Amino acid sequence: MAEEVKLFGTCGSPFSSRIQVALKLKGISYEYIEEDLTNKSPLLLKYNPIHKKIPVLLHNGKPIVESLVILEYIDETWKANPILPEDPYDRATARFWAKYIDEKCVAAAVKAFWAEEKEREKAVEEACECLKTLEGALKDKKFAGGETLGLVDIAASFIAFWLRSFQEISGVELLTEEKFPDLFKWCEEYVEHPIIKEHLPSRDELIVFVNKRRQNLK
Amino acid sequence: MAKSDVKLLGAWTSPFAMRPRIALNIKSVDYEFQEEDWLVSKSELLLKSNPVHKKVPVLIHAGNPICESLIIVQYIDEVWSSGPSILPSDPYDRATARFWSAYIDDKWFPSMVAFLFAQEEDAKKAAIAQMEEGLVPLEEAFGKCSKGKAFFGGDRIGFLDIAFGCFLGWLRVIEKAGGIELLNETQTPSPLKWAERFSSDIAVKELLPDTDKLAEFRKKAQAKMTANN
Repeated sequence: MAEEVKLFGTCGSPFSSRIQVALKLKGISYEYIEEDLTNKSPLLLKYNPIHKKIPVLLHNGKPIVESLVILEYIDETWKANPILPEDPYDRATARFWAKYIDEKCVAAAVKAFWAEEKEREKAVEEACECLKTLEGALKDKKFAGGETLGLVDIAASFIAFWLRSFQEISGVELLTEEKFPDLFKWCEEYVEHPIIKEHLPSRDELIVFVNKRRQNLK
Repeated sequence: MAKSDVKLLGAWTSPFAMRPRIALNIKSVDYEFQEEDWLVSKSELLLKSNPVHKKVPVLIHAGNPICESLIIVQYIDEVWSSGPSILPSDPYDRATARFWSAYIDDKWFPSMVAFLFAQEEDAKKAAIAQMEEGLVPLEEAFGKCSKGKAFFGGDRIGFLDIAFGCFLGWLRVIEKAGGIELLNETQTPSPLKWAERFSSDIAVKELLPDTDKLAEFRKKAQAKMTANN
């Protein structure tokens, strides 16, 4: 059966990158379409009318949106190199941590980096609480898939790369080796994983992305 | 499976806690229910089982805690796989169900919370408008998901029915308090009819809280939270 797989993404976006990682992991060929977030294409708006966001996966003409939903769809459609474990309890655990990263950590970190001066202290505190929780989860072996990449590892690319890059760009320190030794070490190893490395933006690309996002948020 | 192997920590007032209970009913699973009186205090077991969020619902199965309502529902669907399916079988339909469930939780539910906590009339009106607007896409979603059948899940209640239907209790409280129809003939005729069918379903009927009792509870909760501030 001829498969047509397209991905609408944006260079520099952690959510876009995670889909590329999953597709690569599964050995799926796809056409990549770069979206300018300050000038969204009619196709993007057609395929994601509710959220108008990337990433959008198009499979044989049918759109799937929301990165965690897309990741599960990919795992269920293409069986090679499973992203989710087989055991239902392990699956529930993986889903829990992926959701935690997206709903709590990403939100808290973004606030900490880009918030107004007066809100920043509280945001930094919240972000550090998240990192503390992740450090604990790492110790309990709740994620860190080893050689294979799982759902949580893929979601956690935000922590390993984007969060650490934002620290350097903004000067706001969250994830240090002193405060979170295990998480720090995990991040260092993680960004060296060949498939992850291949889908990380360069510093310049990241800065362009950040500036456009901040433009959109105004 | 022995009843003591399956325990659910929940609260009769929580739409999220209702979700796994509906799922367990669909699968005909016997379970022990522990009511958490969260207005008063959270039990040791809850705090131990869900240290990250400290919230209901929590499913404890053979000693293992599972948290987050929709994650629990998926877990139930996967473990008790011989019972009726909750998620659709086709991956695209599953993605669609997951998408709309996330929409309800992330986009629509906050407007409900905004209304329930609004003090000023203007804030209340704005929240109502947001809630109404937020429900409109569900008309089309129902058409696409149900494919002409009675529920979002088809012939039987499924994942999205559970995800949305659990809010009907609170929806009715808000409709009564505001003198409005959030689900109505003009904008959401299909979900309106669906709501009746969902509420009468055998897996749901006894779990939906009585509107007046819930409104009473809301008054108590508001009073307590105002006192605490």
